[in-house]
Amino acid sequence: MPDLLFNSTIADLSQRMGRGELSSVELMGSVIARTKAVDGRVRAFNSFDEGDALAQARASDERRARAGAGGSQSRPLEGIPIGMKDVISVSGQPLTASSRMLAHFVSPYDATVTRRLREAGAICWGRLNLDEFAMGSSTENSAFGVTSNPWDLERVPGGSSGGSAAAVAAGEAIASLGSDTGGSIRQPAALCNLVGLKPSYGRVSRYGLIAFASSLDQIGPFARSVGDAATVLGAISGHDPKDSTSLRMDVPDYNRGIAELARSGRKWRLGIPKEYFGEGLDPEVGAAVQGAIDEYRRMGCEIREVSLPHTKYAVGAYYIIATAECSSNLARFDGVRYGHRSKDATDALDLYFKSRAEGFGPEVKRRIILGTYVLSSGYYDAYYLRAQKVRTLIRRDFLEAYKEVDAIVTPTSPTPAFRKGEKAADPLAMYLNDIYTIGVNLAGLPGISIPCGFTRGGLPIGLQVIGQPFKETELLAVADAYERTNDWRTRHPPL
Amino acid sequence: MPKPEDFNLDHVSNLARITLTAEEKERFASQLGDVLAYIAQLNEVNVEGIEPTAHAFPVVNVWAEDVPEAGLSVEDALRNAPERRDNMFVVPKVVE
Repeated sequence: MPDLLFNSTIADLSQRMGRGELSSVELMGSVIARTKAVDGRVRAFNSFDEGDALAQARASDERRARAGAGGSQSRPLEGIPIGMKDVISVSGQPLTASSRMLAHFVSPYDATVTRRLREAGAICWGRLNLDEFAMGSSTENSAFGVTSNPWDLERVPGGSSGGSAAAVAAGEAIASLGSDTGGSIRQPAALCNLVGLKPSYGRVSRYGLIAFASSLDQIGPFARSVGDAATVLGAISGHDPKDSTSLRMDVPDYNRGIAELARSGRKWRLGIPKEYFGEGLDPEVGAAVQGAIDEYRRMGCEIREVSLPHTKYAVGAYYIIATAECSSNLARFDGVRYGHRSKDATDALDLYFKSRAEGFGPEVKRRIILGTYVLSSGYYDAYYLRAQKVRTLIRRDFLEAYKEVDAIVTPTSPTPAFRKGEKAADPLAMYLNDIYTIGVNLAGLPGISIPCGFTRGGLPIGLQVIGQPFKETELLAVADAYERTNDWRTRHPPL
Repeated sequence: MPKPEDFNLDHVSNLARITLTAEEKERFASQLGDVLAYIAQLNEVNVEGIEPTAHAFPVVNVWAEDVPEAGLSVEDALRNAPERRDNMFVVPKVVE
């Protein structure tokens, strides 16, 4: 049986629309109907604008009709609804970061990724829930409600981009954008049976993304196949004068690159870091990842054990660097120009204290306070500077391993989706959930999570592949080679 | 590295410009104590002679062409203001 429209891939839907069998308005209608049917249970969306989405779909159908008449080539995402994490600006739409601080904020402009999606023909669809200001690993830190994992509604979808993951898993978007500071795309992708990609730092512009930790944040896609993730990445990548950290590098045709590498029959050298398979790894996750490694071996890849000796310090270094940067970035929320303003303030200073106390939730307050402390007089060298040096060592570990291997293969998350509330009262337990994803951000590398099986209880398991800087094509090709050996990605949750 | 007990929550929340309730103070002190104790393991690392990394791929001296372009209009810039008057943000009195 062919997939329902809302559960199809970009590749399949683009072909059907290209052949004239399907219109973007029909597709958008199917996604809207699905969203209305299931989002009461999934709660992936903070809000959506049905009229705006249908208007974008009509405009897409008109472009396609004109292009057909003129014979010009269609755009890579023409007519495809892409869900948007609620930290990415879409002009005229709400931008809340799932925070009371921005409950009534409306974006005055498009983020660069939004502009690029529009230029690629996509429909920017909905505002997807997240942990407040992208701080969390479960989407329980949202000020507006907890998103459910579509595979088990009692469990979390992961985070911070939990809404972006749940929406695609539940058929409420065809693909989506998230942001990844310490694993916020890869971990929810793993917990929801999706492909999730964090590009190399600097590959995708951050202009119009609400900043959490500027030296770590990257925007990337959630999709139902490696090929679809490659299509979205191609659309959003590239240098942007509005983000001085975006790099002047050509954007390859990722899907063509994947196909060429597949045809060449290249035998990848894959590194297995022993530090990622120790204490804390759930046995079922470990077995599924081992199964994927065996599959790579069967296809002729060379599997080598590698060492990333500073792995155990990554979470500590991350929670110093990320909180330091967040305390600086979130200083802008002062109740003056935008965002929540306390009604009880007696003077200007009191306005800051009360607006921030009322506007921010507990995890955001904890991180601002920790970040303020590690940057404060007398503590900067001991914490922040030391963490930056440890960051150098973590980065070196990876670059050293890449002298021997093309990519590194690990679990994405130590456990499958956990129950709501299970870790909510213990921030440190929640932080340790990101132990396999955080090093990638500190080192600026590209990383992808792809489905690699299910637990006996039916929960998805993700495989992480970590690539070399700016070698997204090779990374995607390694992921694609495994994806072709199984049908995990074609399974959809029973909703 | 400083000891976790050096952490003075009142001082730091003042620097961060966030008022905390008594209940928050109690909870955060315990939770951040756990996190600081965990972070203390960075002391084990020998960082002698290691340069700090601020960005994975540092780019310096990024210049833009000095070409004027349209910015936000006054109306767009003020649209999200909590309080406004005569094309200005209204704030509590800051000078006597």
